[in-house]
Amino acid sequence: MIKKILTSVAIATCLSAAGIANAETKVGFVYVGPIGDHGWSYQHDQGRLALEKELDVKTSYVESVPEGADAERVIRQMAADGNEVIFTTSFGYMNPTLKVAKKYPKVKFEHATGYKRSANVGTYSGRFYEGRAILGTIAGKMTKSNIIGYVASFPIPEVIRGIDAMTIAARKVNPDVTVKVVWVNSWFDPGKEGDAAKALIDQGADIITQHTDSPAPLQVAEKRGVYGFGQASDMKKFAPKAQLTAIIDDWAPYYIERVKAVMDGSWESDDTWDGLKAGMVVMAPYGDAVPEDVREMADKVKASIIDGSFHPFQGPIKNQKGEIVVKEGETISDGDLSKLDWYVEGVDGTIPK
Amino acid sequence: MEILVAAILTIITAATPLLFAALGELVTEKSGVLNLGVEGMMVMGAIVGFAAVHFSGSATVAIFASMVAGASMAAIFGVLVLVFHASQVPTGLALTIFGIGLSALVGQGMIGVAYDGIPQLHIPVISDIPVIGEIFFSQDGLVYLSIFMVFAVMWFMNKTRAGLILRAVGDSHDAAHAMGYSVLKIRFLAVIFGGAMAGVGGAYLSLAYSPLWVEQMTAGRGWIALALVVFASWKVRRVLMGAYLFGGISILQLHAQALGIAVPSQVMSMLPYLATILVLVIISRDRSKIKLNAPASLGKPFHASR
Repeated sequence: MIKKILTSVAIATCLSAAGIANAETKVGFVYVGPIGDHGWSYQHDQGRLALEKELDVKTSYVESVPEGADAERVIRQMAADGNEVIFTTSFGYMNPTLKVAKKYPKVKFEHATGYKRSANVGTYSGRFYEGRAILGTIAGKMTKSNIIGYVASFPIPEVIRGIDAMTIAARKVNPDVTVKVVWVNSWFDPGKEGDAAKALIDQGADIITQHTDSPAPLQVAEKRGVYGFGQASDMKKFAPKAQLTAIIDDWAPYYIERVKAVMDGSWESDDTWDGLKAGMVVMAPYGDAVPEDVREMADKVKASIIDGSFHPFQGPIKNQKGEIVVKEGETISDGDLSKLDWYVEGVDGTIPK
Repeated sequence: MEILVAAILTIITAATPLLFAALGELVTEKSGVLNLGVEGMMVMGAIVGFAAVHFSGSATVAIFASMVAGASMAAIFGVLVLVFHASQVPTGLALTIFGIGLSALVGQGMIGVAYDGIPQLHIPVISDIPVIGEIFFSQDGLVYLSIFMVFAVMWFMNKTRAGLILRAVGDSHDAAHAMGYSVLKIRFLAVIFGGAMAGVGGAYLSLAYSPLWVEQMTAGRGWIALALVVFASWKVRRVLMGAYLFGGISILQLHAQALGIAVPSQVMSMLPYLATILVLVIISRDRSKIKLNAPASLGKPFHASR
C-alpha cells in the first residue's frame, strides 16, 4: 500500500517536474508585419505554429512591430517574461536584438536576415535566390514575347539577388530574354503591386514575377491570361491557371531544430543561410500549364542546386554593359552576394539610388 | 495607342477608390466636421464588402454591406464628436487606428480566400467601339457609380436647398442654429454619408481593384483622399480632376519605369502630398480665395447653449 502511494507520489512528482520544465521552455517571436499579410510574417507564424505542434513549448508573438525603438522595448519585454529563445524576424531588428541580448546573456536570440552576431545572438536567412533560378528556368522556356516582368519592392541586396538569379537562369535557356523591373517602394500594397503588374503586361511582359508580399500581381496575371509565380507562400488559390510554381519560405524545420537545441543545451550562436537543400526554401507543385519538358528542366536545376553541382551565381556572368564580371568556373561568394548591388546582363533599366 | 488605352484603363481603377472616399469627405467637411478616420472607414468597407461577397455571392449585397460598415464607423465618430464633443482631430485619428485593428480581427477568416472580382458591364454595341468603347463603356458598375456620385453631389451642393443648408452649417453653425436648423443632425447625416462613401471606396479595393483581403490593404489611400479634398479646395469638380490626376501620376510612373525611364518612384509617391501642400500655400496666401470654398467652421465644435 505504502509502496503504491510512494510510487504514485513519485510519478506525480515526475509528471509535475516535467510539467514545470515544459512550461519553462517559452519561445517568443517578433514580427514586422501583421500575421495576416499572407507573405513574410504569415510564413514565420506558420513556422511558430508548427513548432508548437511538434515540441511541447509555449510560444508567444507580437505582430506589426516597427523597426526601431519600439522593437527594443518589445524584445526586452519578451526577454523579461522568461522566454528562453526569441526569434526576431526582420532585418531592422538587428541592433535592438543585440542591445537586449547583452542585458540578457542567458536568453538565446535568433535574428532573421541580419549579419551581426554575438555569443547569444545567431542569425538565419533563406537562400531564396535558389528558388529564383528555378523560376527563371521556367520563365525563360515559357515566355513567347521574351519579356519577363518583375514587380520589386526595395533596391536592397536581397531583392537584387532575386532579380539577377532569375535573369541569369532565364537567359541560360533563352538568350533573348529581357527582364523589366518596376519598383513599387513597398513590401505590401496590393493595389500598387497589381498596377505595376498591369503596366508590365501592357508593355509586353507575358510572365510576371514579384518580390512583394501580396498575391495581387498574380491575380492580375490570371485575369490578363499570362503566367506568374507565387511569392513566400503557395498562392495557387488566387491564380489557379496563372501560377506556374511558387517559392515558399518554410521556417518550421529551422525553428524546431533550434528550439530543440536550446532545450537539450546544445545551442550555439551561428549563421545559417539555408536553401532548397535544407528545406528552408520549398517549391510549390508545378501548375498545369508547365509542359513536361520544362518540368524536367526545372527539376534538373533544382536537383543540381541541392547536390551542389550547380550554383545560380556561377560564372560566366556578365554585367549590363556586357563585360564578364565573374569568370567561368568562379562563383560569387556568399559575402559578395550579401551585398550585391548591380544588375546582370539582360535586366532592363537601372537600380534606383 | 494600345499602351495608352491600357494606361487609361488602369488609371480609372486607381482613381475610383480615391474619388469615392474624397467625395464623402468633402460633404463631411462642407458641414464643418473634419473626419480624419477615412482610412479606417475605408478598410472596414473593404473587409465587410469582401466578406459579404464571399458569403452571399452577390456584388450588390457586398456594396451595400460596405456602405453600412463605413457608415457605422462614421456613426461612432459622429456620436463621439457631435454628442460628446470629443475633439475631432484625435477622434478621427483614433477611428483610423481602430478601423485597421477591427478589420484585421473581422478579416481573420478571410485571409487567403479568392474572389474573381465584380463583373464588368459591357454595354451592348457601343462597348465594341474601339478605344472609346473600351474606355467609357466597359467598366465595372462601381466606376459608373463614382462618376454618377460626382454629379449627384455637385447637384446637391449647388442646386438644392438641403445642400445650401449643409453649406450654411459648415460656414457658420451659430447662424444656422439661430435660423432654426438642427446643426448636429445635419452634421451627423453628413458624417454618415462620408462614412458610407469611404466604405464603398474601400470595397472597390477588395472587390474590383485587387479582389482579395489582406490586412491594411488600403495602404494609405484614405490619407490621399483627405489630401485630395484640400487639393480640390472643397470643389466637387476639382475632386474629380484631382482623383484622376493622382491616379494618373501613380500609374504613369510605373509605365515609365517599365519603359526604362528612371524616375525616382519615391518622389512620385510624395507627389500627391506635395501638390496638396502647394495648394494649401497658394490658397492661404489669398484669403479671399479660400474663404469662398473652405467651410469656415471646419473642425470647430458646436454647442447649442452658446
